[in-house]
Amino acid sequence: MSIKIEHVSHLYGEGEAFEKKALNDVTMEIPDGQFLGVIGHTGSGKSTLIQHLNGLLKATSGTIYYNNEDIYQENYDMKKLRSKVGLVFQYPEHQLFEIDVFSDVCFGPKNLGLPQEEIEARAKEALEHVGLGPDFYKKSPFELSGGQKRRVAIAGILAMEPEVIVLDEPTAGLDPKGRDEILDLVAELHQVRKITVVLVSHSMEDVAKYVDRLIVMDDGKVRFDGTPREVFSHYKELEKLGLAAPQVTYVTHALKEKGWDIDTDATTVEEAKNAILKALKRPLKKTVSEKTDPGKGAAL
Amino acid sequence: MNIIKAVKLAYEYKRYGEDGQVEETLRAVDGVDLDVKKGDFVAILGHNGSGKSTLAKQINALLVPTEGTLYVDGMDTKDPEKVWDIRQSAGMVFQNPDNQIIGSVVDEDVGFGPENMGIPTKEIWERVEESLRSVGMWEYRHSSPNKLSGGQKQRVAIAGVVAMHPKCIVLDEPTAMLDPVGRKDVIRTVRALNMVEDVTVVLITHYMEEVIYADKVIVMDDGKVVMQGTPGEIFSQVDTLKKYRLDVPQVTLLAYELKKAGLDLPAGILSIEELVDNLCQLKSNM
Repeated sequence: MSIKIEHVSHLYGEGEAFEKKALNDVTMEIPDGQFLGVIGHTGSGKSTLIQHLNGLLKATSGTIYYNNEDIYQENYDMKKLRSKVGLVFQYPEHQLFEIDVFSDVCFGPKNLGLPQEEIEARAKEALEHVGLGPDFYKKSPFELSGGQKRRVAIAGILAMEPEVIVLDEPTAGLDPKGRDEILDLVAELHQVRKITVVLVSHSMEDVAKYVDRLIVMDDGKVRFDGTPREVFSHYKELEKLGLAAPQVTYVTHALKEKGWDIDTDATTVEEAKNAILKALKRPLKKTVSEKTDPGKGAAL
Repeated sequence: MNIIKAVKLAYEYKRYGEDGQVEETLRAVDGVDLDVKKGDFVAILGHNGSGKSTLAKQINALLVPTEGTLYVDGMDTKDPEKVWDIRQSAGMVFQNPDNQIIGSVVDEDVGFGPENMGIPTKEIWERVEESLRSVGMWEYRHSSPNKLSGGQKQRVAIAGVVAMHPKCIVLDEPTAMLDPVGRKDVIRTVRALNMVEDVTVVLITHYMEEVIYADKVIVMDDGKVVMQGTPGEIFSQVDTLKKYRLDVPQVTLLAYELKKAGLDLPAGILSIEELVDNLCQLKSNM
């Protein structure tokens, strides 16, 4: 079970003067149960890519397999695909429209044509999963805080019982605590419900903290693909792509330049703390004559 | 002289029922006293719903205080005759660049503000050039705004405000929708305006790293100012900030954790260089 993207290209305005290749021959696989992070500057193709995952956009060329089935084949059940791959857009609260929280979460399963009992059971479960109890059921979505509205939007997707959930910058505009709460919630859904998660983010610190695998989009192509540690070790190239590494990665690299014998792969506060504490005890490397005596210098 | 002065400032949102009776009131800003000196860079932090944006909209006279008084450049924002002068003194930049740009070409968009002020055409174009240069977007003057990146659009929006020659710019989460480089460019632009052109800056943000250059940081909670000080003073109080649903820059958190682990580091380290220098000093003393 997986999503396989094979040689997918997407042209906006094909054949027009403004033709733009938003995706350029992308091939990748998202295995079941992965927590995948997607980063890239604005206009790099991230959002175009994720809108292919549930068939909202159709590839100009190439194809996508969901659980080994070609989603572009004739008679493929797109509606079912959309219930299996849930997409949470940026500012999802703009898509809340029902009279109260409970009806809003029911909207998705209702459209799946499920019996009323099942719809309500699913909505209750989904709301419980995002930490909104019965007190919230009858509230208008507009009375809620920014973080709570996002929870409702995520519950609306969860009620469809998706196997994959794709989130496009779910924390934009939230305060730091709200940011942590939403991402902790996503991480918990990933662990408890074994949902595959695709997280698009502009926060390097957030992706470093949560994801198993990170891809970097640029100019419609996947430029880097690996663990956050692997990807962020290319921080100088990332900067040229309009990105950055987490702040702590810069600290360990700066210390290395000052001659410290330190592991520079740290991407979280915890990792950096341990690397620094370890390196403090080690002697400095000779920085000036590194070529003649690599790594063996005495403390300065 | 203080460019912004608030005395016991309050703002209440009222919700009216179908019969026209007030059903609910929400005191979004509650007794704020505030002094911003001309040329200062002030940052306002606070969780969603803490009253930051309501305060910002009052500085621009988009909202008028329900209690207390707010003076902008000596003018009382409650005086309806002064609304246009106040908006010219205190320009505002919002979160979403797409909602703020109206021209179909960059330079026309920037000229819109001064044109509305009745500035002679020749001077409008001088102002457009000067402000586009100050945000580093002059070479894009003939571009269509929808071909620009988010960070570039936000810099055009800032230029549009700068062209009105305001004494003060209020930015309400200008980087929330931008990628890291766009974020950096916008903050660099704002700092340059503050340092070179001496424009007073009020920056509202959820990104703690953007605040470290401010002269003064104000923390709001429940409509009140609960903390005030230099970035170093504010960010040395990690636990208090967390209580207000805020955070510190990642490098400050790392320094705080290292200090907890027994390293002799000063409180409130704000930048990567500062931490690296302090660590190197520690090491050479070992």
